[in-house]
Amino acid sequence: MAVTHHEAPVLDVGRVRADFPILSRRVNGKPLVYLDSAATSQKPQVVIDTVRDFYERHNANAHRGIHTLGEEATELFEGARATIARFLGAASPEHVVFTRGTTESINMVSLGWGRKFLREGDEILLTELEHHSNIVPWQMTAAATGATLRYVPLLDDGTLDLSALDTVLSDRTKVFAMSGMSNALGTITPLPELIEAAHRVGAIAVVDAAQLAPHHAIDVVALDADFLAFSGHKMLGPTSSGGLYGKPELLDAMDPVFGGGEMISEVFHDRATYKPVPYKHEAGTMQVAQQVGLGAAVEYLGSLGMDAIRAHEQEIAAYALERLTDAGATVYGPTDPSIRGGAVSFWFKNVHPHDLAQILNEEGVAIRAGHHCAQLVMRRFGTAATSRASFYVYNTNEEVDVLVEALAKAEDIFA
Amino acid sequence: MALDDIYKEVILDHYKSPRNKRELGDGAISCTKNNPLCGDEITVFASVDDGTIREVTFQGAGCSISQSSASMMTEAVAGKPVDDALGMAAEFRGMMAGDVEPTEEHFGDLVALKGVVKYPIRIKCAVLAWDVLQEALAGDGEASKAAAH
Repeated sequence: MAVTHHEAPVLDVGRVRADFPILSRRVNGKPLVYLDSAATSQKPQVVIDTVRDFYERHNANAHRGIHTLGEEATELFEGARATIARFLGAASPEHVVFTRGTTESINMVSLGWGRKFLREGDEILLTELEHHSNIVPWQMTAAATGATLRYVPLLDDGTLDLSALDTVLSDRTKVFAMSGMSNALGTITPLPELIEAAHRVGAIAVVDAAQLAPHHAIDVVALDADFLAFSGHKMLGPTSSGGLYGKPELLDAMDPVFGGGEMISEVFHDRATYKPVPYKHEAGTMQVAQQVGLGAAVEYLGSLGMDAIRAHEQEIAAYALERLTDAGATVYGPTDPSIRGGAVSFWFKNVHPHDLAQILNEEGVAIRAGHHCAQLVMRRFGTAATSRASFYVYNTNEEVDVLVEALAKAEDIFA
Repeated sequence: MALDDIYKEVILDHYKSPRNKRELGDGAISCTKNNPLCGDEITVFASVDDGTIREVTFQGAGCSISQSSASMMTEAVAGKPVDDALGMAAEFRGMMAGDVEPTEEHFGDLVALKGVVKYPIRIKCAVLAWDVLQEALAGDGEASKAAAH
């Protein structure tokens, strides 16, 4: 009789790699080692084929044509919405608005909800971990409404200073917008705790899941998130795919940011009535092929299993932390792999990140160098830039080895 | 190896031992700019007397290309009339665009940066110091002094 194990399913990385045609590319004569998935992920064959198949066989505008192609396109588009809603744990596909990605989604909340409901004296709470896309839209809304911005500070280990929550949260807080996983430090934030704290003071909780959604199982209902923004291109999907999950009453209460075709119910000379959510937030021709591709990406992620993906990335991040530290690099962010994702920021000896990225590229290794659109994080740690290696389903410990070996070349040049 | 084209010894030397890397005191004009792509930042200080750059220095942090370019620039334009320095900035940009073939007698160490042309994304790094110099010289001394602080 078989013994029952309760172990996380294991990712067969060799099989996964075979699904990504770009990984067979060579760069500067070396096999590509792609360590920049936090910027954008590579795409599996099934996503490429789905987009191609859409254009080759089903292309039409969604929700418009009373013809076979129009019906097929609509069915595929709405099918993708249902798949993505299930992936996020949403109670209904209608709770997901399609957008170009996280930036558009957060701007939509900031403009459509924030500008409508925020007043002078209200406070918007952010964290110092945030990507610029979860800061700048709120600065713009604060300037327009007279609301004030506040921040949850960062501790030296790259985690949020939760002891400050009592100080920065109050009944003046109307929005608490927070990252689920930092793109710059890899920090995974305690979302349930943060969202509960927001609700305790009557604020809505807006989650930037650009980094979390590709790497970690999400259940928006269990989290009780009010809004959650995500980007398809970081989770194996096409660029300009993604969306905004919202509680239906909030999606309904907020104003549409764009007016135009398909979002209306009736148009008169002086006014218009809008369609119900999510359609009132989807003006104009949508990214039909891209969102259909994202549906395929999400199905692919589901077939691998988000727990298996998380376990794989936790292991590779732990290995990278150890190897980088041993090689003499200073690593930023949490050192405990259980509270961090696969984005590992570091500074290697006297080599500036720009120089390092250039030298690694000669070895076929793609990393990101710069401020990662997180200048508050950079300033907090007293640097203008870091080097960042970020890992995903297709990366291996052997690729970490290639990275570390390439560091030696940089060290030679700058010795 | 292709990297030899960009990481030449003279560039690394200016990066590790930058020349004229300090602030200039009262009376100097200055200007600060950063490269939004990477956060590299350079401040250029210059004392100009009777249309001639008497002294030029810089402060900043960034990659080897941006910092070595700044260091070489301070050596290249010191003692030159402002118009000549501005002309040199234009020529340097021309070199980075691949339009001007630089000579060592005219450009000195700066010739070493020629290899950057092959790496389009790094051209901004090389040009940053020159942008700052140009703005510092173009601006009214008092105004740019205030802007730097």
